[in-house]
Amino acid sequence: MRVLVCVKRVPAPGARIVLSEDARSIDTSLLSFAVSPHEECAVEEGVRIAEATTGSVTVLTLGPPEAEEQLRSALAVGAHEAVLIPTEGEDWDPISTASAIADAIAGLESSDGGFDLVLFGNESADSGGYQVGIRVAHTLGRPVVAGIKGIDASDDEVELRRDTTTGSEVYRLPLPAVVTVKEGINLPRYPTLKGRLNAKKVEVKRVIEARAGSGQTMVRLKTPAQEVSETTILEDASAVVDLLEELQVVGR
Amino acid sequence: MILVLVTHDGSAVEETVFQALTFARDLASGLDTDLHAAWVGETPDVERLGLYGIASLHHISHGDLDDYAPQAWGEALSQLVTGLSPEAVVAIGSDRGNEVMAHVGAILGEPMVANVREVTPGDGAWEITRTRWGGSLLEETTLEAGVKLMTLTEHAIEAAAAATPIEASMVPFSPDLDDADLVAKVVDRVTTSGGITLATAPVVVSGGRGVGSPEGFEPLEDLAALLGGVVGCSRVVTNNGWRPHSDQVGQTGTVVAPDLYIACGISGAIQHWVGMMASKTILAINTDAEAPMVTKADYAVLGDLKDVVPAIVAEIEKRRGGD
Repeated sequence: MRVLVCVKRVPAPGARIVLSEDARSIDTSLLSFAVSPHEECAVEEGVRIAEATTGSVTVLTLGPPEAEEQLRSALAVGAHEAVLIPTEGEDWDPISTASAIADAIAGLESSDGGFDLVLFGNESADSGGYQVGIRVAHTLGRPVVAGIKGIDASDDEVELRRDTTTGSEVYRLPLPAVVTVKEGINLPRYPTLKGRLNAKKVEVKRVIEARAGSGQTMVRLKTPAQEVSETTILEDASAVVDLLEELQVVGR
Repeated sequence: MILVLVTHDGSAVEETVFQALTFARDLASGLDTDLHAAWVGETPDVERLGLYGIASLHHISHGDLDDYAPQAWGEALSQLVTGLSPEAVVAIGSDRGNEVMAHVGAILGEPMVANVREVTPGDGAWEITRTRWGGSLLEETTLEAGVKLMTLTEHAIEAAAAATPIEASMVPFSPDLDDADLVAKVVDRVTTSGGITLATAPVVVSGGRGVGSPEGFEPLEDLAALLGGVVGCSRVVTNNGWRPHSDQVGQTGTVVAPDLYIACGISGAIQHWVGMMASKTILAINTDAEAPMVTKADYAVLGDLKDVVPAIVAEIEKRRGGD
């Protein structure tokens, strides 16, 4: 099975975010970067499916030239090929991002054959638009389900599981299909030394796409007002249970 | 007209939809226009929705919409929107709300702004403040579109019924769907938990790195059971395989807003904090007085959770036994 996984370079989760002077981006000089968490799991899932079906995984990103680091980290855990759609660093709006990715996929497929499965993360950790995978699926005319936490792939279909508040829902999509996944679908492996060495040898393909633009324009970023909290220190278990009783969460 | 998509799981409305209705009602009243709602599938709860001030409920029904089908919902809603020409369509920023609205955006070729917190309508572009990084950063954005599509960040505002409830009229709508719209559809459903869930529990007893092991969660389970709550955890716990991912609270897990959140041995990294910051009361149990969770909490016990949690359990049992 030929799998394509789309990833995004984002500051590592938990990093302290400092805004740039014009407040249109974040100060990246002191940050470390990673593949967005849901997409890290998408890469792992793609690699597992490719391993089970003697297939291949191509990893694709739209981002600054430095995003090649994230493509290499995907190659190090088992992806075979990598494609970069370079930008000048600024985050693109969801319509522009989806349009560029869909065009790039169409181009890759016309030269190298179709992808049976295209995987995305449910949403990127930073901009969180919840839509790029779905827009790409519409452009490609393929079925899509978002937020998936279990994939069983067979030759011509995928069975998908999505968590709900009370259990899970099951979907069955014929291939080719698009699926967006969530963290928890698997526990991603760590790269091996051999994997890292192999990753260095792969040539990253560059595909230039134009920024389409849309009616959604980012003006500036800001940090939310910090809630000032006076923390009341409780000295012992008795004080805690007094509080629980006051809050009426425990009956006597 | 402002149109709200009412997302539901079979028959029960997603509880946070009432936040979207409240938000959209304020938006509609600012624009001096009506608030309408759309329901896909059978058995709409028109009476409860009416309490939130909707003038009309558009009931989208179709023989093949007996269970959730994301693209078909998006297609049906797009057809309704094309007919009604509302100024904006608002859904709640739940999994389902974001998914359906993304389909609507793709079908109509319009932008869809996910996880909005504030909207200032204008003659041309609307000014919008939306959530980034799960809530640790905000983005001001402008939106110019034929119809403004957006979802509201869950728990950004509290739901409030309308001051004067209106008796909503029901308006049936039959969409034209083809086979391609119905390829992605729920074909089976597995119910694993009855009763309270992490997303809706009134009390969440959550553990982090400080819990130390899967077994270390037992006292937290005991405390949660006594408080009618459930156990949650931080990302490090699921990454270590101590708890299933479905227990994770935070940006990449479940966003919760219980009456009481008890954070045991959780330092309070930002990706966890944004998943529980809407909790009404936060109690931290931690050995580190400088941990962000302790400094941001309403209450804190400075001590080892391995001593403190069993002591709280014992104290509750002692007081109960004393009656």
